[in-house]
Amino acid sequence: MSKDIRIKRGFTLNLEGEADKILTDIKPSKTFALQPDDFFGVTPKLLVKEGDTVQQGAPLFFAKENPRIHFVAPVAGQVTAIVRGAKRKILEIVIEENTSLGAVAHQIPSLDGLDTENVKELLLQSGAWPFIAQRPYGTLAQPEDQPKAIFVASMTSAPLDVDYDFLLKNNKAEFQKGIDVLAKLAPVTLTTDGNFKGFFEKITNADVVGVTGKHPAGNVGVQIHHLNPVNAGERVWTVNPEDVANIGALFLTGQYAAQRTVAVVGSSVNKPQYVKATIGASLEALFATVEVDNNQLNRYINGNVLSGKATRPDGYLGFYNNIFSVIPEGNDYRMFGWLPFVDNHIPSASTTSLSWLFGKRKAKVNTNLNGEERAMVVTGEMEKVFPMDIYPMQLLKACMIQDIERMEALGIYEVVPEDFALVDFANTSKIEAQEIIRNGIELMIKEEG
Amino acid sequence: MNFIRQQLDNIKKPFAKGEKYERFAPAINAFDTFLFVPNHTTQKGAHVRDAVDLKRTMVTVIIALMPALIYGIYNTGYQYFIQTGEAFTFMDAFLHGAWKIVPMIAVSYIVGLTIEFIFAIYRGHEVNEGYLVTGLLIPMIMPVDIPLWMVAISVAFAVLIAKEAFGGTGMNILNPALTARAFAFFAYPTYMSGNKVWVSEASNVDAISGETILGSLAAGSEVNYSFFEMFQGAIPGSIAETSTLWVAVGAIILIATGVGSWRIIAGGIAGAAFMGFLFNLWGANALMSFDWMNHLVVGGFAFGIVFMATDPVSAAQTNRGKWIYGLLVGVLCILIRVFNPAYPEGVMLAILLMNVFAPTIDHYVIEGNIKRRKKRWASAQLKTA
Repeated sequence: MSKDIRIKRGFTLNLEGEADKILTDIKPSKTFALQPDDFFGVTPKLLVKEGDTVQQGAPLFFAKENPRIHFVAPVAGQVTAIVRGAKRKILEIVIEENTSLGAVAHQIPSLDGLDTENVKELLLQSGAWPFIAQRPYGTLAQPEDQPKAIFVASMTSAPLDVDYDFLLKNNKAEFQKGIDVLAKLAPVTLTTDGNFKGFFEKITNADVVGVTGKHPAGNVGVQIHHLNPVNAGERVWTVNPEDVANIGALFLTGQYAAQRTVAVVGSSVNKPQYVKATIGASLEALFATVEVDNNQLNRYINGNVLSGKATRPDGYLGFYNNIFSVIPEGNDYRMFGWLPFVDNHIPSASTTSLSWLFGKRKAKVNTNLNGEERAMVVTGEMEKVFPMDIYPMQLLKACMIQDIERMEALGIYEVVPEDFALVDFANTSKIEAQEIIRNGIELMIKEEG
Repeated sequence: MNFIRQQLDNIKKPFAKGEKYERFAPAINAFDTFLFVPNHTTQKGAHVRDAVDLKRTMVTVIIALMPALIYGIYNTGYQYFIQTGEAFTFMDAFLHGAWKIVPMIAVSYIVGLTIEFIFAIYRGHEVNEGYLVTGLLIPMIMPVDIPLWMVAISVAFAVLIAKEAFGGTGMNILNPALTARAFAFFAYPTYMSGNKVWVSEASNVDAISGETILGSLAAGSEVNYSFFEMFQGAIPGSIAETSTLWVAVGAIILIATGVGSWRIIAGGIAGAAFMGFLFNLWGANALMSFDWMNHLVVGGFAFGIVFMATDPVSAAQTNRGKWIYGLLVGVLCILIRVFNPAYPEGVMLAILLMNVFAPTIDHYVIEGNIKRRKKRWASAQLKTA
């Protein structure tokens, strides 16, 4: 067992609207959708057309980059719409649920007799492969690679993030099974809250490491950087804890599992709580289960308020996120709001605000930019919220000028946009750091493959 | 508030996209965002943002400058009245100073902001707030009797050559305010040095020497001020540089708000103290044996290291680099003071010189980081081999 680690730099946003530890089932959702945009670096090639009926677990599309990777239907039913955007890009594959069609059944032999290749093949066939992402770049794992480790991060620190010990309380057996499956592929590191390890402490077949510290200590990338950093040419795979349970369920039942428990959080949610749903469930059903205060304009976010994706209130749950955040839009003016030490209700990592005095108070935030974009002037502030041995501003600048060699030298292999979410939040000049890093990574993939 | 907002929205209509005065939008936006934080919401990236923005940061610097400025205004009058020998009250001194200094500040802002607005409109970006600080710093580091037209030309030179020529705010290599002073210093030396420029109207009043302490030392004459007088700042010098006490108050504000780098300030003080101490040991002349403690409180050192060296754009940008940069500014400042009697004050040239070398310092700090990563990779290769 490795030694516990403590992340020193960072900034934890204490927000209003944390989920109560209540787990309810989602109200029936009429439609479900898979959104190919959830899979970074994947160009979808459709296997179904509108009107087709599919069983649960039947493939909907595959990745053009690697045809072995299939993306399957989270529920059985009829494909009612394929929603396309600009340049005919596929945005949503909508399925109207019909449980009578049943599920695709897989023959799962005993795990003891399987080698790495057998396990990979089973995951690929069943459609569970997309649960596995990789570092560098945060793209899907490639089955041809041999990773040096698999990281499962149950320690969380993002604003209003979930407690996996609670979220997985009914899936402990599946979780252990999933860890056993992953351990067939590479050594598994399971990180957990250093102050309260919960049931993760008893998980076998994995190296359980306690992590403490401010956000972004819960980012799997930060944990990898401190425990087993990715060097050029190396691969580390990452799996969300609930997806470990989904993989475990597949190996226990022989059916593709698409359970997605989401904490519906944020100050616009009337009674924030956990909801047991399915990947791609309609938000309509979600809000029928947990009410949202519609007296103001809201922003709906698949994920946390720092790195999540904005969506429409009539959209669908994302593939990976265990949080769904709803916060008020901030399209109003604040007179003289730029003066130091005024409007201290807005959280700030800078001491030009007195918000640090109210450290424990839960803040109500909105989506106002709180200023305008400016040239990069202030130095040292990004490092304060970026607990890696990487120079964030220099890496951002290398990405902006598209200097691949410099990006490589400065550590682009170790970061994904999520790691720059706090830089987005805290930087004085309102630089869109996540977007710059995403563009940088896309360039790296294009040039280096 | 709503009423003002509505009026502003009406005024802004002809400046909107596709309207008649669209290209002048940056100018009107600069005034609007001065009154209101705009209603812009996040469109990409993090959905919530910090309350801090560049305006708030720059205004914090202006607040930190206020104690030194107010004392500088008073000291200008104080120096004038003790020179003439008239009886005076605090208010007399303050009013005399304000009468001299407020026009300089006005000229600096009018000239500088005009150029900034023209460039913003020309380049089609918003007006950056950096000049709010630069424009106040420039008069604060000038001798009080400098003609206003020289202030105007120095400002124009600094903004055009030191800043806009490099691409504007955030891109400049040299600190613009110090560039303005250096320009005046080399272009009009008779107005920027000697014993007639540091005290208000000194050239019109006979027989009184208004030489700065460092100037006297360089000329080999005695200094009759105590350490406390020098610390408190009732001495001749550039407008706001004299009072180490009030500069220190500003330093506390900058460090507490995190706007000024404590690493640069601490490094600078350590560097200057070390160099001063070395010269004390040597002690070959009056400047060398000038106590190292006194070096820290006379001349522009305190003002320079707190408000000029910490300019984040022209200083080193990495934390380790900031230490090295600060130390070298301190060391060079004392070195120039002692070895170059033509420039009794060394801090301006020390900072400008280190501005030029700051990217080099950062380069080596970052190379160290890159090498560490390469080494880690190499040792990982060894392990698998």
